Amino acid sequence: MPRVGVFVCWCGSNIGGVLDCPALARAAATFPGVVYATDYQYMCSDPGQKLIAEAIKEHRLDRVVVAACSPRLHEDTFREVLARAGLNPYLLEMTNLREHCSWVHAGEKELAQAKALSLIRRAVAKALRLTPLHPGRVKITRRCLVIGGGIAGIQAALDVADAGIEVVLVEREPSLGGKMVLLDKTFPTLDCSACISTPKMAAVAKHPLIRLYTYAEVEKVEGSLGNYRVTIRQKARYVDHTKCTGCGTCWEKCPVKVPDELNFRLSTRPAIYLPFPQAVPSKPVIDARHCRQLTKGKCGVCQKVCPAGAIDYTQQDSLHEEEVGAIIVATGFDLFPWEKAYGEYGYGRYPDVITGLAFERLVNASGPTGGRIVRPSDGREPRTVVFVHCVGSRDELKGREYCSRICCMYTAKHAHQVKERLPEAKVYVFYIDIRTFGKGYEEFYRRVQDEGVIYLRGRVSKIYQEGDKLIVKGADTLLGEPVTIAADLVVLATGVVPARGAEELARTLGISTDKDGFFQEAHPKLRPVETHTAGIFLAGACQGPKDIPDTVSQASAAAAKAVGLLLREEIEVSPLVAWVNQALCTGCLHCQVVCPYQAIEVVTEGGRRRARVKEELCQGCGSCTVACRPGAMELKGFSNEQILAEVEALCR
Amino acid sequence: MNENFWSEVNRAAGQKITHCYQCGKCTAGCPVAFAMDYKPHQILRLLQLGRGEELLSSRALWVCSSCQTCTTRCPCHIDLARLIDTLRFFSRQAFPQVTRHGMPLFNEVFLRSVKRYGRVYELGLTLQFNLKERKVWRDLDLGHFMLSRRKLRLLPEPVENRKEVAQIFSAEKEEPR
Amino acid sequence: MKLAYYPGCSLKGTAREYDLSTRLVARHLGLELVEIPDWNCCGATAAHSTSHFLAVALPARVLALAEDMGLDILSPCAACYQRLRAAQEELKRDPELKRQVEGALGRTFEGRVRVFSLLEALAQLGEEALAAQVVRPLKGMQVACYYGCLLVRPPLTSCDDPEQPQLMEKILAPTKVDTLDWGGKNECCGASLIFGAREVALNLIKNILHAAAQVRAHALVTACPLCHANLDLRQKEVNRFFGTNFAIPVFYLSQLLGIAMGLNPRDLGLGSHFVDPQRALRMVGS
Repeated sequence: MPRVGVFVCWCGSNIGGVLDCPALARAAATFPGVVYATDYQYMCSDPGQKLIAEAIKEHRLDRVVVAACSPRLHEDTFREVLARAGLNPYLLEMTNLREHCSWVHAGEKELAQAKALSLIRRAVAKALRLTPLHPGRVKITRRCLVIGGGIAGIQAALDVADAGIEVVLVEREPSLGGKMVLLDKTFPTLDCSACISTPKMAAVAKHPLIRLYTYAEVEKVEGSLGNYRVTIRQKARYVDHTKCTGCGTCWEKCPVKVPDELNFRLSTRPAIYLPFPQAVPSKPVIDARHCRQLTKGKCGVCQKVCPAGAIDYTQQDSLHEEEVGAIIVATGFDLFPWEKAYGEYGYGRYPDVITGLAFERLVNASGPTGGRIVRPSDGREPRTVVFVHCVGSRDELKGREYCSRICCMYTAKHAHQVKERLPEAKVYVFYIDIRTFGKGYEEFYRRVQDEGVIYLRGRVSKIYQEGDKLIVKGADTLLGEPVTIAADLVVLATGVVPARGAEELARTLGISTDKDGFFQEAHPKLRPVETHTAGIFLAGACQGPKDIPDTVSQASAAAAKAVGLLLREEIEVSPLVAWVNQALCTGCLHCQVVCPYQAIEVVTEGGRRRARVKEELCQGCGSCTVACRPGAMELKGFSNEQILAEVEALCR
Repeated sequence: MNENFWSEVNRAAGQKITHCYQCGKCTAGCPVAFAMDYKPHQILRLLQLGRGEELLSSRALWVCSSCQTCTTRCPCHIDLARLIDTLRFFSRQAFPQVTRHGMPLFNEVFLRSVKRYGRVYELGLTLQFNLKERKVWRDLDLGHFMLSRRKLRLLPEPVENRKEVAQIFSAEKEEPR
Repeated sequence: MKLAYYPGCSLKGTAREYDLSTRLVARHLGLELVEIPDWNCCGATAAHSTSHFLAVALPARVLALAEDMGLDILSPCAACYQRLRAAQEELKRDPELKRQVEGALGRTFEGRVRVFSLLEALAQLGEEALAAQVVRPLKGMQVACYYGCLLVRPPLTSCDDPEQPQLMEKILAPTKVDTLDWGGKNECCGASLIFGAREVALNLIKNILHAAAQVRAHALVTACPLCHANLDLRQKEVNRFFGTNFAIPVFYLSQLLGIAMGLNPRDLGLGSHFVDPQRALRMVGS
């Protein structure tokens, strides 16, 4: 008969404030098989761990139940305690008294106490049936995939590559740079965004250990931690980059003019184009939707003028396979699509109501106006500029519930820029709360106010055109008055949402998203750059709204995590995998159909077909055990016998 | 006024008043804010603080035109127009004298007409309202014009099934919902 | 198409011409209107400012009467429209209230009757059907379509986009009238505040007239008796009060459509406007 020890944790007042932990321990001591039970304030702390280790020795325990928080948080901690005490770490069973009991039943202590006891009884029942397990080991592929070539992806790729590890960087757009390269200056230091980001782009292009795919997307990811096989779709550029010299003759001669998406329709670009002069790679692509040759079969100008013979209208998308051991996701953000939500601001019908990012292009020396702040409608310099905070942010009705974090500061910077270029202009900022959380931010906000920018505390309710003015109806809640301003230009501080396609990528990678569609980190405080899927890390605004300093920090952190993993020769893989009881298997292969990891193979022995589990691919999800009709499929650590014992204990 | 007031109003209108973070979009869009003693966002603030006395004697409750702009745009899903309807009820309870003039009086005279005839008898309603406000000659020119264009009927046109209308009024509980 | 017609109190008095023109236009467009027998008042703002029960129970009786007829409702009055729609939503949302209302009325609700504003009813006929009836295009006339509050707010009962409604513009497109883009289309006219808070209402009316004048509207178009009464009947008072000199005629949507359809202006009730619409009509030779 196994000798079980039960350790009940108070988690300070998290559990102890609701449940009577000493009573739980006393009751647990009477359960069959339990030879020792006790409670302690913080079982995860050093004294707590020591307490368990000593009890294992003193009472010759060979099964351990810890009733505390989520195994997600501390299962590894306690497994190590078992290992240090000389026990197989898989002889641990945890039960979650915090999330599953004290937090959710704080208002009904008696019932909570009874439930907690049931949970412990369940854990003991399972512990009695635990068997020692031994993790396997696999070699890892020492290469890293980085998805997204904005500042987060660039930073992460450079850090990993500088550590001597090969990187595959995939960017969806024709050039590296993401959103940062579109910006004019960065708050609060006002250094030129292009000046600090384009050298990094160039460094990526030159780095011998970085293989760069631009105008490409990740299509498929197979395998698991340490060994992923990634399929990348290179979209047809219709330009052979091995021949192209980037001389520019083609885009100068192209007869097509389409609105330039990067300049928010403030200017046009040709169909064969370089997104911006500092683009990396500095070679063009053909926009197939607008190219006359590709849509109508008539034109061919670029091909005629190209001195290198690089234009190839027959080019097709191509698929490339790469093997990597870790993945860093850095897909960034998009602006909240305000034109679909805010009818009171005109649904985008007024040309002089623009987004903050469009304003960045306006004020940018390499933008469509060469840095002159003018009205898109008539090219005149505005005399009154109104900024509107929280468009799509902090708005449960029309936008998102969360704060987008960056808008307060970028608007302060914009207001400063208007004052700098047009000192006579009146500048108003409608805000709700000012959030200046970073280093030097509050000081910058104060400086902007000193420059004469008027901050009005209140949301804007309506914007409409009257003559050549935009009438902005807002409020000054500090005075308790409605405010109406006749403006020449209105800039909306549009919020941040996950980049288009993030949801789909999450499915491809097998990682989760939060309620707002951002990628979910493994722990909000202690594991902010990891996902719940081992080997996949997060960097930048794809995990939540972030400014540039936070994005770059997180990118370096993700790189450090990836490097830490990839520098190992081989890694332990969880022994909690499926196995087939060959005596029961009928070879129906229902397991193969439901397995999301292609981890089931077929073996034929003595003319009989049977399923076999490829342990290095199995993630222990358990789908196969449910699908298996003869009950041949078992998950180690979650065997049918163990689970039935748990159910029985709970139903008692 | 006490804490009960707060929860009472909250319950009656089915609203989450605590959710308001005072952005002022209601006040910004309110067409009659200029004439209110407490602006729409201040009404919510007083509610959050449970300061009912000031609220219920506020002129703002009766200046609100029920245009629903605040409700339509509130980023916190608060139906302020509905809340104000509820507050109007509490206001009449706390200060019955409010119904002696202005909008509360108009509403009362209006509903009396509906109760009596099942429909609004516009001429009778206007005369009665003006009489109670002691402004008998108000809009006389307009009245004359309207009568001459048959835009006002001289006699009420009651519904036939007045019993059913009476049932509606007698079933109305002295309690807001 | 056959609809249960709910004129409401205003259309029997102050807004008589709205009733006349709606019936006339409907007949010419092949819309059969059957007046709901023995309908009662919806209670309007007075009811919802006084008692939630009354605000639901009064329109509920009208809904029940239409259910008996087996017809969907046309409610040209914007206030009635909103109250009927709001009552429908409340009966759906609050079963306890529904039970009480059914008890008081001695009727039950199946909730299958739909309520249409005049905008929806006309828009459903489609551009072609409307265009086929236009014999006197209104080319050259500039109008500001004015929706007010009750047709478009709150969003739950709105018959169009609450912020940028377009149904009137769509309906009038075949008449070739020039519909202006302006900022006042869903602002509030003050409604019954004209009785209980006169100065406040006059301010709101002035704002709307001002916005319409800014875009040089020859006329306003509305589908609400309260808006019409305030904008038309009170225009002189606004001028007196603020020293302005607005002279902007206000048409009901049905009247303007009727003119384009070649119907007799007198039959459309154009003689009972306070601000003379003749000047605007002469511009298009009507």
